[in-house]
Amino acid sequence: MSELSVNHLLGIKYLNKKDIGLIFETADHFKEVINRSIKKVPTLRDTTIANIFFENSTRTKLSFELAEKRLSADVINFSASQSSVKKGETLIDTVNNILSMKVDMVVMRHPNPGAGIFLSKHVKASIINAGDGAHEHPTQALLDSYSIREKLGDVGGKNVVIVGDILHSRVALSNIFALKLQGANVKVCGPRTLIPKHIESLGVTVETNLKKALEWCDVANMLRVQNERMDISYFPTTREYTQQFGINKKLLNSLDKQIVIMHPGPINRGVEITSDVADSNQSIILEQVENGVAIRMAVIYLLASKIR
Amino acid sequence: MSQKVLLTSKEIHIILHRLACQLLENHLDFSNTVLIGIQPRGIFLAERLAKILKEEYKVKDIDLGFLDITFYRDDFRRGEKTLEANTTKIDFLVDDKNVVFVDDVLYTGRSIRAALTAIQSFGRPSDIELLTLIDRRFSRHLPIQPNYRGRQVDAINEEKVKVMWEENDGKDIVYLVNK
Repeated sequence: MSELSVNHLLGIKYLNKKDIGLIFETADHFKEVINRSIKKVPTLRDTTIANIFFENSTRTKLSFELAEKRLSADVINFSASQSSVKKGETLIDTVNNILSMKVDMVVMRHPNPGAGIFLSKHVKASIINAGDGAHEHPTQALLDSYSIREKLGDVGGKNVVIVGDILHSRVALSNIFALKLQGANVKVCGPRTLIPKHIESLGVTVETNLKKALEWCDVANMLRVQNERMDISYFPTTREYTQQFGINKKLLNSLDKQIVIMHPGPINRGVEITSDVADSNQSIILEQVENGVAIRMAVIYLLASKIR
Repeated sequence: MSQKVLLTSKEIHIILHRLACQLLENHLDFSNTVLIGIQPRGIFLAERLAKILKEEYKVKDIDLGFLDITFYRDDFRRGEKTLEANTTKIDFLVDDKNVVFVDDVLYTGRSIRAALTAIQSFGRPSDIELLTLIDRRFSRHLPIQPNYRGRQVDAINEEKVKVMWEENDGKDIVYLVNK
């Protein structure tokens, strides 16, 4: 019998290869569960989970909530815009108040990098990081790797390129950690201004020519252009970005192989990816969303079983 | 730790044939009956019975499924370790079917309680029966009894019944192990 080496999911950085394998195997079983006519199991009927979102989210929040409900957990939702945070309450006070209502687990999204790690040191609950600033988004990286494994059989040895805003992207960082841990080759591609200095120290290579990167890869993960995180101009115009780093059908057809296209959503159609590519049979964008629920069920199940 | 042999390979062979005949007596051609092996250890017995029924008693087609009960157990977070799941494989609907649960050892009855809940996710069976190779009597926590039993044993709580199958463990044998 194996179990996770961690009590919280704060980032992929804190996991080992065995943990990822266990999460994937468990997710396989939950994927079977959510494809039944009755998609629910009673496992977590005595567990209460708080979803605390200090930042906007649609897909991740829905996916977590669905995963929790499919496991029969009790769920409470909290978003910062309607709360006492506006009145000046600190993070620890907010969370401790929620925990005194007998909550076992906290799923948190926060704009500050390291918020989850900070919280895990100060409160008594299992913490799942649902995105902390530009730091990590571990469940997204897990579901991305799981989708690659499902489509190509294995992640190890595959060539994966992450295209777009690497600088502001927590999805990129978590993906790099996850892919490297499983033995994939990782390249990042984007405008120089959006590629962090010293990114090579994470074991990835840098390419600024999208066509070359696509010719090399088995999988292309197209990141969203995050206008809301860009305080200054990182590229001249969106149109120029699209011309250089956007993927379209013509570019895809010019390659001599079928690559897999991924996107963490929400898509800016016509910016980083055209509609005909996003909706093509090479794209696994909607499979990623389905797998997201199974992966989150697996993570919640495995962490909840360690609560004593 | 000492162990004694409860059933030899030959005894298991005879018992499996007897159980197959008892199933046949009640279900005839198995047209409305499905066998469900309870994961992880009941699947070997279920596969074995299906094979005997097909090869030696000329039953044409038997629906055989595997049911994992991990997510339905009542001891989540009560033990030390994470409960690890196994594969569920039921490719048919159990609505209005006669379901036969197959497991190697019936002990407290809690696994079968979980299986009774789990099977509801696949429909509403017409009825459910239980077949078990070893029935440890006097150790039940719940009012659950088998319809078909291979051998009844009186074992105290410190003892453990270990069922081994040729395809998984190298040979067919059942031990009573004293911990």
